[in-house]
Amino acid sequence: MSTAEPAPAAPAAAESVVPGWAAASAQARLHVVTGKGGTGKTTVAAALALTLAAGNRRVLLIEVEERQGIARLFDLPPLPYAETRIAVAPDGGEVRALAVDVEAALLEYFQLFYNLGLAGRALKRMGAVEFATTLAPGLRDVLLTGKAKETVTRRAAGGEPIYDAVVMDGPPTGRIVTFLNVTVAMADLAQRGPIRSQAEGVATLLHSPSTAVHLVTHLEDMPVTETLEAIAELREVGLPVGSIIVNAVTDPLLPADALDAAAGGDLDAAAVADGLAAAGLTVDQAGLKTLVEQATDHAARVTREYELESELATTGLPMLNLPRLVDGVDLGGLYELSEMLTDQGVTLDRERP
Amino acid sequence: MTELSLRELVADQATTVVVTCGSGGVGKTTTAAAMAVAAADAGRKVAVLTIDPARRLAQSLGLGELDNTPRRVELDAPGELWAMMLDTRRTFDEMVLAHSSKERAEQIFANPFYRTIATSFSGTQEYMAMEKLGTLSATGDYELIVVDTPPSRSALDFLDAPQRLSSFLDGRMIRLLVAPGRGVMKLVGAGLTLFTKAIRTVIGGQMLTDATQFVRLFEDLFGGFRERAEATYQLLREPGTRFIVVATPEGESIREASYFADRLRAEHMPLAGLVMNRTHPLPASLSSLTVAAVDAGISAIAETDPLTAGVLAVHGKLLAINAEERRMLTRVTRAHAGLPIRQIPALPTDVHDVADLRAISL
Repeated sequence: MSTAEPAPAAPAAAESVVPGWAAASAQARLHVVTGKGGTGKTTVAAALALTLAAGNRRVLLIEVEERQGIARLFDLPPLPYAETRIAVAPDGGEVRALAVDVEAALLEYFQLFYNLGLAGRALKRMGAVEFATTLAPGLRDVLLTGKAKETVTRRAAGGEPIYDAVVMDGPPTGRIVTFLNVTVAMADLAQRGPIRSQAEGVATLLHSPSTAVHLVTHLEDMPVTETLEAIAELREVGLPVGSIIVNAVTDPLLPADALDAAAGGDLDAAAVADGLAAAGLTVDQAGLKTLVEQATDHAARVTREYELESELATTGLPMLNLPRLVDGVDLGGLYELSEMLTDQGVTLDRERP
Repeated sequence: MTELSLRELVADQATTVVVTCGSGGVGKTTTAAAMAVAAADAGRKVAVLTIDPARRLAQSLGLGELDNTPRRVELDAPGELWAMMLDTRRTFDEMVLAHSSKERAEQIFANPFYRTIATSFSGTQEYMAMEKLGTLSATGDYELIVVDTPPSRSALDFLDAPQRLSSFLDGRMIRLLVAPGRGVMKLVGAGLTLFTKAIRTVIGGQMLTDATQFVRLFEDLFGGFRERAEATYQLLREPGTRFIVVATPEGESIREASYFADRLRAEHMPLAGLVMNRTHPLPASLSSLTVAAVDAGISAIAETDPLTAGVLAVHGKLLAINAEERRMLTRVTRAHAGLPIRQIPALPTDVHDVADLRAISL
């Protein structure tokens, strides 16, 4: 039987001492959340919005991929193109959501500058918007980021911002730089005109300290590689990167001092057999072998996650950790994740006027 | 629950096309590649058309270079495995060439608006995947073609996109701009003039000129394109075609798969079944270790033997995950009675080569 040693609370390989949430992120007003497909980008964006709403603040959660991910997550009917209250933070803050619809956003612009009247609806039916966004693919991104900017800068009668923060559930890592780099998209646009000046304003906001781009990843080869690539690209074009949010981290269940041996396939099966007997459990040889294999796979996975975590740490970026929620993410799970973000220092550092 | 055997499906001589669908990140490409290897192992000549394979898997299948035609993969198998990665732009070019004179095709390729459509239109990749399937199928060179669908926002995009692109190319908008003052325009009246003006202020006049020129060049091709898209769509309904919906046992992914299964049924497309990827089955040898037994065992030795307690906790976690997965499966089978399902256990590492593909439990 192995000697009883208390398992250290912190994983051995967690070498980053950088806090999970930079002061710059606490100051930012627009939080863009990206990540490889399947890493839980929408879930994390929603949890982040809930966290930032704590302390009686108002946060807007925006989605730009037109797939109603937020509505599905919160188990709501499809969101209209209007800011709708979807959740209340534990101490009175609120989260509103907006599913940005490119078509509606473009017609909104046209309506603002040209009085289209009933023609607007007819044009919509004829696929005019699809036409315009196909002619100029960058237009789509300008419209979506433009709407985000409008919500960030919108002010109440008294001059204070309507929203303390805006969280955007953004496009996946593969598209995020093209999406946010509005300066390039502007090449598609006419040299003058309302959308042109709008785009210039958007570019300024996105490249300012008011913006933070956060990257959600799993500790698996592909997502980590994509995350590192995206960070390099974001930095290259001068977009401010906030935190790396490591999602679905495996909870290390074996004692830290046994981890390396177990991962290397040297788990002491005889000691486990003794331990099981002491625990009053009867398991045959096949069962013991399976238990040891499971523990070996687990240890291998945990050590691989540590390695990948160290790779991410080389970026010098703050890292936040979220566990894999066994029973899936429902509304309760979201609050749970949000609380974990709060515990890791995620907050807004802004004076309420 | 009806059990789905992908191995039997691809070995069956009656199966000629298999299309894997599902939302992004669920393992479609890997599943498609594994099925192709299984078909070759069963002695068939198979081509796999992938869209965006992981780098290492692509290398192991010899997909390093994009030349848009299937390449033979060296494989110790009675059949033949051919693999290719879709080059959207090249497929589009080939389609244009097949429908027009060389001279006209050159003019079209030089048009900036064509370049946009061929690379950035949101449905082009889906359309071209289908076009390529049609072309490969028409050669008659392969007994089976396995198609992976593009990583769309939604699995449904794949069914809708070709239609969207073809109605766009044939669209009234373009006609209005080419020949203003006729037809629908009267209904829209002054609004249209304003709209054209608005478009010009937004995107500049040059693009509109390019688009107009493109439409003139393209006009004769529309008919051919339509027919071709229609023929491929029909291919999807033929008895030899089978759809496989891939999902992971997570709420979002399952909802998506569910919509897709309904949609296929509505379109009379042959759905072979659902692949529940990355599941966590319970080993038979540990059937005596119930949740209660594990919990009791852990509390008995947590203080004295953290190693064994940890080993038990690993199993406890598996029990919890497995219970949740079964709950999800029950939901799916309730909503889609009789839908055959294949559960593929999660692998401890990423799939990198043919040996890994063969290890997948199809």
